[in-house]
Amino acid sequence: MTDFRHSVETMIPALRRYARALTHDTDLADDLVQDTLVRALRSEKLFLGGDLRAWLYTILTNLNRNRRRSLARQPVLTELHDTPEPSGTEAEGRDITRALAILPEEQRAVLLLVALEGLSYRDVADIQGVPIGTVMSRLARARAQIRSMLEGERPVLRRVK
Amino acid sequence: MIHDTPVTEDELHAHVDGELPPERREAVEAWLAAHPDDAARVQQWRTMSDMLHAKYDSVADEPVPARLALDRLDQRPRQWAYMAVAATLAAFIVGGGTGYALRGAAPQQTTVASFTGDALEAHRLYVVDVRHPVEIAASERAHLQQWLTNRCGWQVRAPELDVQGLKLVGGRLLPGPTGPASFFMYENAAGERFTIYASRANNQTSNMRYATRNQDGAMYWADNGVGYVVAGPIDKQKLTQVARLVFDQSEQAGRRL
Repeated sequence: MTDFRHSVETMIPALRRYARALTHDTDLADDLVQDTLVRALRSEKLFLGGDLRAWLYTILTNLNRNRRRSLARQPVLTELHDTPEPSGTEAEGRDITRALAILPEEQRAVLLLVALEGLSYRDVADIQGVPIGTVMSRLARARAQIRSMLEGERPVLRRVK
Repeated sequence: MIHDTPVTEDELHAHVDGELPPERREAVEAWLAAHPDDAARVQQWRTMSDMLHAKYDSVADEPVPARLALDRLDQRPRQWAYMAVAATLAAFIVGGGTGYALRGAAPQQTTVASFTGDALEAHRLYVVDVRHPVEIAASERAHLQQWLTNRCGWQVRAPELDVQGLKLVGGRLLPGPTGPASFFMYENAAGERFTIYASRANNQTSNMRYATRNQDGAMYWADNGVGYVVAGPIDKQKLTQVARLVFDQSEQAGRRL
């Protein structure tokens, strides 16, 4: 197996974790990862070196964006899933999951990329295709929102698109 | 001197995320020592990260599912991509008679969310109608059921919901994601309306899932390749009761023709 393929393969568990946290849907998450991998394998020649990890997250981010755009005619459904939760103390897990779900997608993505996936601000800016300042403001808002939700205050309501 | 520049909000975040330039660390730590409110906030951010790791790190420890094996992916990209291409071609050749072509959207695998969304759209569209909420009224129940059965390709029956105080208003045929959908409307003495939407679904069988949109609630499940959505006013308990009733009766009726 080539170095490239081997490197891609080592990234799969982290991509799965990110996709699962982002979408909170096991099947959808693995669909996204699968599509990401297919694209990555096909684009080997287009990968000109640099950060493979950030590149893979960028592909996944773009695929998710396309998927959400094509679902855009449907307003957001709030859904309580029956998929089994990954392990973790249940009370904690429920709070953070619910808090995450209420965030706008871009803020959720930034928080997960930084706090869960440990990517640098520079990488996150590249992945999202925005300036670092935008990353910082999304991060600040995400943390403020989650903090107030975890403290049980009334969350800041976001406008329904 | 490094203490001269005021500490910024961004620097507090950077401190938590390991993004702070080393020469700023002393200033930030001094600030946090002197400002307990900020220190508490920063601690909460750390707790958030811990909670995320506690919740999701296990996913990264799971064995990678077979469908994501790289060798496999070379041969076979996800099936829906092929189906999508085939459907587009078929629509083009046949002259745009398929549901996908009419909708104009790129064909893709129907998710539970989009299926439920379609059902909720239909619910919202028709329950507000006073004069024409349905196409065939309950007075022609036998005809309605036969017609929908013929068009949809599975046994379509309007269940008995009297025990929930719901009377059949009637029904209609709708376009579903991959083919026709049957649609029934019920009403109680208070004028509240519930609908039952059914169409072929990708899932063979699934658990019940609850969803809401604005003032409407819905219960989704799939049984034997048919997806069902019971929609009504938001009241999870009531919806669950109605959905269970529908499920019990449809289980017998839903066998493929």
